[in-house]
Amino acid sequence: MAAPISAQIRPMKTSAELALAETFAAARAILPGGPDVAAQRAAAFGTFADAGLPHRRVEAWRYTDLRALMREARPLAAPPDADAKARAAAAGAMLAGLGFRRLVLVNGAFVPELSDLADLEAGLSIRSMAEALATGDALTARLGQTVASSDAVLALNTALMGDGVVLHVAAGTAIERPVELVFVTTEAAPVSMFTRSLAVVEEGASLTLIESHEGPSGVAYQVNTALELVVGAGAKVERVKITAEGADAVHLATVLARVDATATFANTFFTTGGLVVRNQLLAHLAGEAIQARMNGVSLLSGKQHADTLLSVDHAAPAGESRESFRAVLDGAAQDIFQGKIAVRQAAQKTDARMLSRALLLTETAEACAKPELEIFADDVQCGHGCTTGTLDQQLKFYLMSRGIPAKEAEALLIQAFVGEVIDAIGNEGVRTALADATQAWLLGRE
Amino acid sequence: MAPLLEIKDLHAEISGGRKIIDGMNLSINPGEVHAIMGPNGAGKSTLSYVLSGKPGYEITGGEVIFRGVNLLELSPDERAAQGLFLCFQYPLEIPGVSNMAFLHTAVNSQRRKRGETELTSPELVRKVRELGQTLGINAEMLKRPVNVGFSGGEKKRNETLQMMLLEPYLCVLDEADSGLDIDALKVVSNGVNALRSPERSMLVITHYQRLLDYIVPDVVHVFAAGRIVHTGGKELALELEATGYAQYQNEAA
Ligand SMILES: Nc1ncnc2c1ncn2[C@@H]1O[C@H](COP(=O)(O)OP(=O)(O)OP(=O)(O)O)[C@@H](O)[C@H]1O
Ligand SMILES: [Mg+2]
Repeated sequence: MAAPISAQIRPMKTSAELALAETFAAARAILPGGPDVAAQRAAAFGTFADAGLPHRRVEAWRYTDLRALMREARPLAAPPDADAKARAAAAGAMLAGLGFRRLVLVNGAFVPELSDLADLEAGLSIRSMAEALATGDALTARLGQTVASSDAVLALNTALMGDGVVLHVAAGTAIERPVELVFVTTEAAPVSMFTRSLAVVEEGASLTLIESHEGPSGVAYQVNTALELVVGAGAKVERVKITAEGADAVHLATVLARVDATATFANTFFTTGGLVVRNQLLAHLAGEAIQARMNGVSLLSGKQHADTLLSVDHAAPAGESRESFRAVLDGAAQDIFQGKIAVRQAAQKTDARMLSRALLLTETAEACAKPELEIFADDVQCGHGCTTGTLDQQLKFYLMSRGIPAKEAEALLIQAFVGEVIDAIGNEGVRTALADATQAWLLGRE
Repeated sequence: MAPLLEIKDLHAEISGGRKIIDGMNLSINPGEVHAIMGPNGAGKSTLSYVLSGKPGYEITGGEVIFRGVNLLELSPDERAAQGLFLCFQYPLEIPGVSNMAFLHTAVNSQRRKRGETELTSPELVRKVRELGQTLGINAEMLKRPVNVGFSGGEKKRNETLQMMLLEPYLCVLDEADSGLDIDALKVVSNGVNALRSPERSMLVITHYQRLLDYIVPDVVHVFAAGRIVHTGGKELALELEATGYAQYQNEAA
């Protein structure tokens, strides 16, 4: 049957887009939340449907053509059964033993019996997002309010968000024990998960929030995860996100962070696993004299493709931000870094610096960096730089001349290359774990 | 007695470039200190690199036997484990790698390759601190990244520290005296002299007689245009200081 001629210019729907529409139609009645949430979902799905999966002509997705990379949309994961929970028990090994407060999400669903909810510190509250949505928790009214974005992948997350974690830290409360969200996929069949979390750290409070993602290799599962983070005035938040998905996974992650006056916000991405990984961080630096550090390390091999999109929006005076990204690329891996620093007219005395560096270990690996400055204030200090290089052969020889074998010499140099980012992390246990994970990655190289 | 190092008719060129080492012969017995002097650009540093296995050079002829093995077949790290140490003319800076971690990795890599037990961290730290003291290298410098922000003299002391720690059989010192003030020269020389033993040999490349007052050689060679053109006793160094290399360069041509 010939398609009717329509006045509307719309791209042809891909089979993945059609499948997502079917998924949404089938799930909308059972997804958690009252009428307001349902309306929010419907609007968000409309945004997604209009835009479709991002493709090369969408500037922010220019180097990660999801239409080509996500040929199929996977069915929504079912709630984890006893078997899945048992398989998830060993998850989060990288940070095991550090005594963090662990919250475990299996196949996208929060699992209280695997989580450590005992002896919650005064001022800390933790709930499952599904439950918060279903019961109309007041905090959920904040969803979508943190940072404005019309990104299609985020819209899809809003439409289909199933579960996640809602964290609240009361004003003036310092939570010493880091909170760790462990996202684990256990299914042997390819499924999709849409998780949404919200962390509100009120005025003068502090929190270390770790997030790790893992799952089986050989399974083409899909993760679409988002976190909204509110860092209140004078609050301190350090976040570390570890992406160690299985080798065939597509992992799409969005962080929306709002940072109020004199607050300190640090975010570190550490990416080793997943076939396609997208980390987008939209930071709205809303208050005066904030301090922000947004860093990342990607260790990629084979045909891995990782894309980091950073949008740093200095909206108030005297903020200081530092962005430092390192990619180590083996095999035919690709790393994309798109970083934009915007300084609004009001944001005088902003001091923002961004640096991305890629290290190519093979001739087939590729790195691409697109830094951007958009400055409307006149009294600011901003800079960006990016470099792509290979291992320094002179340094390697120097190390070898002292008896260090080639592979170990390379490993020392690569550790040093990423060390600067890892060393900036505040928590010592995390620093050590990431240095060890880097070492393990290096030992696993062919 | 078999020589510790034997270089026989060695020819080497820069890969894709010109010939630098041109028919070099040299034999060093255990316990001997040999000095090599020669004009700028003669190929002295190149010789040290070829001996230690730096990539980028093509060996086009000859052989090098070191402690009974064909040195040229070994990778740089294997040569080091076999007991060869090159004290660099220009030590490199390695950002992000702490001096102590570097020393630890180097020592234990060599020990592992030789089938010896590895040193524990405390053992190593103690040893490094002791040696550091004799060389004026303090704990703070040991924590810093290798050679980063070190002065020229500090870098040479750091090279000497590595050498003393690794206890090689053959120390090749490429202008160990360059950039050193009088006091540092004494410190480094004392370190080198402390290593002198009947089993250990030194190949000291220098432009100045001054260093040889401290590290007294058994043999002095004149190196010009890629090979040794004249050999004498330690008095040859004094003579060269007075006359220069002109006559030997003619000999080489
Ligand atoms: N990588 C290179 N590429 C091209 N030429 C080189 C390279 N390395 C060395 N050379 C050349 O080879 C020659 C020998 O250099 P080398 O550094 O060995 O001399 P040297 O005897 O150590 O000199 P100096 O006394 O100044 O230290 C010089 O002419 C130098 O320019
Ligand atoms: Mg030289």
